[in-house]
Amino acid sequence: MEMSVSGSNEAVGGTVQSKASRPKKKIVPDKWRNGFEITVLSAPAIIIFLGFVILPVILAAYYGFFQWKGYGSPSVNGKFAGFQNYITILTDPTFQAAVGHNFFIVVMSLVVQGPLAILFALLMNQKMKGRALIRTLIFVPYVVSEVIVGTGWSLILQSNGALNDILRKIGLSGADWIADPKIAIWTLLVVISWKYLGFAVILMLAGMQSIPEELYEAARVDGASFWQMQWRITLPLLGPTIRLWAFLSIIGSLQLFDLVYIIWGQYVSSTAGTSTMATYMVLEGRGAGNYGYGSAVAVVLFVISLVVALIYQKFVLSRDLEGAITDEKTEKKRREKAAKAARKAR
Amino acid sequence: MSSATISATKARNGNGSRKNGKNKGKGDFHYSPKTPWGHPIVYFFALILVAVCVLPVLYIIIGGFRSNSQITQSPSGFPNPWEIDNYISVLKAPTFWVEMMNSLIVAVFVMVGTVALGLMVSFVIARYRFKLSGAMYSLFSAGLMFPITVAITPLYLLLRNLGLVNSLPGLILPEIAFALPQTIIILVPFLKAIPDELEEAAALDGCSRLGFFWRMVIPLAMPGVATTGILAFVNSWNNYMLPLFLLNSESKFTLPLGVQMFSSQYAVDTARVLAFTSMSMIPALLFFSVFQKQIVGGLTGAIKG
Repeated sequence: MEMSVSGSNEAVGGTVQSKASRPKKKIVPDKWRNGFEITVLSAPAIIIFLGFVILPVILAAYYGFFQWKGYGSPSVNGKFAGFQNYITILTDPTFQAAVGHNFFIVVMSLVVQGPLAILFALLMNQKMKGRALIRTLIFVPYVVSEVIVGTGWSLILQSNGALNDILRKIGLSGADWIADPKIAIWTLLVVISWKYLGFAVILMLAGMQSIPEELYEAARVDGASFWQMQWRITLPLLGPTIRLWAFLSIIGSLQLFDLVYIIWGQYVSSTAGTSTMATYMVLEGRGAGNYGYGSAVAVVLFVISLVVALIYQKFVLSRDLEGAITDEKTEKKRREKAAKAARKAR
Repeated sequence: MSSATISATKARNGNGSRKNGKNKGKGDFHYSPKTPWGHPIVYFFALILVAVCVLPVLYIIIGGFRSNSQITQSPSGFPNPWEIDNYISVLKAPTFWVEMMNSLIVAVFVMVGTVALGLMVSFVIARYRFKLSGAMYSLFSAGLMFPITVAITPLYLLLRNLGLVNSLPGLILPEIAFALPQTIIILVPFLKAIPDELEEAAALDGCSRLGFFWRMVIPLAMPGVATTGILAFVNSWNNYMLPLFLLNSESKFTLPLGVQMFSSQYAVDTARVLAFTSMSMIPALLFFSVFQKQIVGGLTGAIKG
């Protein structure tokens, strides 16, 4: 998240400047008291965050150098192994397959969910009755927990489940949606898309609703057609939202665990071809009692996510990450962009 | 205090006007004043989307009203007759209520803890000027890059060393920690948007900064607070990985673990599994449908694409 550092600094700089330019009564803060308040207000959050989020990640990097069963301390009860764990992980064909599945899900989620989400958000943005109700209903899969989604879908998809029954009734032959390695990953993709599409639609919808209405009015006066308006106004102005969603989707796909673990279980997932880096980590780490090895897998998973995220931020997100923070500068930029788009649409 | 109240209502109106645009319908499809109800095609596709989203969930709920023999004979059929026994047996099972209580305790503590800690630190980041404020913000936003998956193995060992394995506090503390990044990212813009004049006016009236925080900031940031609180609650309610690692006795199970345990224990009793599953999703669904406006509104405020 390095980009956000510069983003937020700019935002702070902006407000400072605007303050200096206008005369105002100065509140003289007691410096001591200020520092005390900052400490008291922020210490609990920082301590709990460092302790339970950052520290484990650092520990993982340390544990990853040991062959260790998780009892006592790794340097006493374990065996220092250097980079052996990492070599084993990266040369393990099971892990390589898992990485492949992860990246398949990353790409296909973007390709499938992105356009669908934009189209459906466009649809939801039209005038109609009961829009609030519809919006609530399409958010249902996102609110329902992964365990329930997994349990429900595996009952629907199992070989004597509801889906095959319906297919047979209309004269088609069913398939083994879960265990057949040729099909399973597509099944996973469908379940994932079902679960997270609603969230994407709501995000896109929120993005669309912040596009100024005047642009459409102006374009309509100039005789632009519906699709012209969407192509020239909505899509370009939706850019930041789309890029933000894509980022969240990519990270989520790389860390995928719950659904696979629940529907396929730890052993079936590798034979069915749906294993992910995270299921591999749990199976080989905690499952086998090799905490050193499991930690090393976590580090690999983290590094892969980080590299992907950094590349994405560098080339895609960098220009509008500060858009996530509301400040006058980006607001102005956005307006200018909007005006430009409106001119183009004419 | 009068000037402060005026700006307060202004700030509120500012928030409201953003939402006013919602019902206008942007770039309406085949716009015509003759069809105030909107175009039929729009309804058609909306209906398809809703059906796809809702049908699998309905399958679970309705399936709970069937008997096992009904399900085996016709897996995709409707209940005939409707059986209520499955639901009754779930409601009578003490494990269900124990797990429900555990989930509820954890989710409520996580929600309250996340909102309290998140508000405090967001207030500092948004409204105090000091050297480390930028670093603090990026520290927390970096947290989005550390989902629980990466940390879980050492986190489990850490909690074991702290003696928190198989206990609810062992779930609550890390869940608060992992909920903080998104909370802070949503709350900071909200708190930054509160006009400085308001704080100055409050200061002139002899209100300390903490008093300002308590009396003005919290009420004004309510939409953001609601969003983050609800998200924290629902995420905690649905959390699977941490309880999976941490809890090993059934008396401490939360509902997601309970559902999974139940469905493997009673794998043959599909109808009861369906009933158990649908009972366990009701609280989150209720919670969400009551507060969905805040969630969607808060997300809109946080994105502002």
